[in-house]
Amino acid sequence: MDHSMKQYFKRIIQSFSFLKGFSVTVKYFFQPKRIVTEQYPENKATLKMYPRFRGRLEMVEDENGENRCTACGMCEKSCPNGSINVLPTKNIAGKKVLGKYIYRLDTCTQCGFCVETCPFGAIRMNQDFELADFDRSHFELKLNQKEGRA
Amino acid sequence: MTPSIPNPIGDFIRANVPIPELAYLINVILCICAICAVAFGSAMVLVYMERKVCAHVQCRLGPMRLGFHGTIQIVADTIKLMLKEVYATKGVDKLLFFMAPMVLLTAPFMSLTMIPFGPNLQVAEVPVAVPLIIAVNGFGILGILLGGWASNNKYSLLGSLRSGAQMISYEISYCLILLFIVMLAGSASFRDITMSQQGTIIDWWIFKAPVIGVIAFIMFLISSTAELNRAPFDIAEAEQELTGGYHTEYNGMGFAMFYLAEYINLVTTSSLATVFFFGGFLPPCIGIAAVDHILNFVPGVIWFFVKVFVMIWVYMMIRWTLVRPRVDQLMSLEWKFLLPMNLILLVLGAVFISFGWIIQ
Repeated sequence: MDHSMKQYFKRIIQSFSFLKGFSVTVKYFFQPKRIVTEQYPENKATLKMYPRFRGRLEMVEDENGENRCTACGMCEKSCPNGSINVLPTKNIAGKKVLGKYIYRLDTCTQCGFCVETCPFGAIRMNQDFELADFDRSHFELKLNQKEGRA
Repeated sequence: MTPSIPNPIGDFIRANVPIPELAYLINVILCICAICAVAFGSAMVLVYMERKVCAHVQCRLGPMRLGFHGTIQIVADTIKLMLKEVYATKGVDKLLFFMAPMVLLTAPFMSLTMIPFGPNLQVAEVPVAVPLIIAVNGFGILGILLGGWASNNKYSLLGSLRSGAQMISYEISYCLILLFIVMLAGSASFRDITMSQQGTIIDWWIFKAPVIGVIAFIMFLISSTAELNRAPFDIAEAEQELTGGYHTEYNGMGFAMFYLAEYINLVTTSSLATVFFFGGFLPPCIGIAAVDHILNFVPGVIWFFVKVFVMIWVYMMIRWTLVRPRVDQLMSLEWKFLLPMNLILLVLGAVFISFGWIIQ
C-alpha cells in the first residue's frame, strides 16, 4: 500500500472526529440551562446586571452624601474623550477641595479609565444601562451632591 | 382506472359521483390540495424549527415574542413576504427571472407525489419511482442555474455555477446510494421498498444489510446534504462570500419560493431516507408481541412523519455543527472519496446478496 492510499484511509478514519463536534452541539441542544441571552423587556423586573458591567459613572458616597474626591484631577487627565471636568474650589481653611464634578454622558464610552486611575476610589461605574433620553442637555451631569471635604 | 392501493376516500367519491370523469377530476383536485397542504404546512413548521434548533445550539432561545415561544412568528414572516412588491432589477432577463423559482419548485412537488406517507396515502404509485425522482431532481439544478443566470449579477452567476457543479457531482453518489437499496430490495417502487422492510427494526435496510447498511446511510447523509445545498455544503449561498448566491436579486414571493423549495426538498430527502433506510410508514417493532401490538395501533402516517422529523433534526444539527468546506475540498470529497466508496459498496451489496448475508 503506497503513501497516497494510506493518506486516503487515514482521512476516512479522521472524519469520525465529526462525532466529537456533534456530541457538543447535541449537548448544547438538550441543555436549556445553558441559555445565556436575556429576554430583556419581559424580565425587566428581575433583570440583574453582572458586576463587571460598566454603566453610567457615579460618585461613591456615604449615607451623609459625603464623597472621597480630593479634586486631584487624575480622572480628568485620563479621560480619552474629555467627558470629565473636575472644578475645584477652596474651603474655609483655604484648602483646595472639590467644587463641581461635571460628567458628560453623551461623549463617554464607558472605558473605565477614570475609575482605574482614581487613587481614592471615589468614583465607580454603576449598573444603569437604560440611558436614552430625548434632550441632549440631560446628559451633562453634576455627580457630587456636596463639596469635597478633603 | 382502479388504483393498486386500497384508497377509501377515492372509492367513496367514485361510488357517489355518477359521472366517472367528474369523480376522477375531484380525486385529482383532492390530491393536489393534499400535496400543497403537506408542502406548505411542513415548510412553515420547518422554518420555525430551523430557527429554534439553531438558537438552542447557540445557547439562545430564538423567537419568543409572538404566541407561545414565538409560534406565530412564522405567520408574520409569511405575511411580510407576501406583501412585498414584486419587481426585477434593471437588466435582468424578465422571463427567465420569474420562471426560475417556479421551475425550481416543480421538483419537490413532483417528488412529494411519489412518496408513500402511509399504507394508503400515496398520490402516485410509480413502479420506477427511483429513476423518476432522480430525473425530477434535475429541475432543481435547472432552476438554480436559471435564477443565477437571469439575475445579471456576478455574485448570483458565480453562486449558481458553483451550485450547479456541486449538485451535478453529488447527484452521482446520491443516485448510486438509491440504486444500492434498489438492488437490495429488488424493486424501484417506493411502496415495494417499504414493504420489503416489514418485521422488526432489524429488518430495516440500515440494519438488514449488516455494516454496509450503516455505511450506505452515512454516505446518503453526506451526499443528500450536498444535494440539498445545505450547510456545511452551502457554497451556493455562502453569505460571507457571495452575498446570498443565486437568489441575491430576488425579493418577496420569488425569494419565498426559493426558500419554500429548499424546505420541501428537505422534507422529500428526509422522506427518501425514511423510506430507504428506516422502513417508511412501518412501525418500529422490537419483536416483543405486547409492545408491537401497541406500536401497530398507531397509524403509519404518524410513524412516517416522526421518522421524517427526526431525520430533519439530524440535518439541522449537522448544519450547525460543521463549517463550510472550500470548493476544491468539496469536489475532492465527492470524486475521490464518495464515488469510489459507492462503487465498492455496490459490489459489496452484490456479494452480500449472492452469498445470502442479508438478514432474513
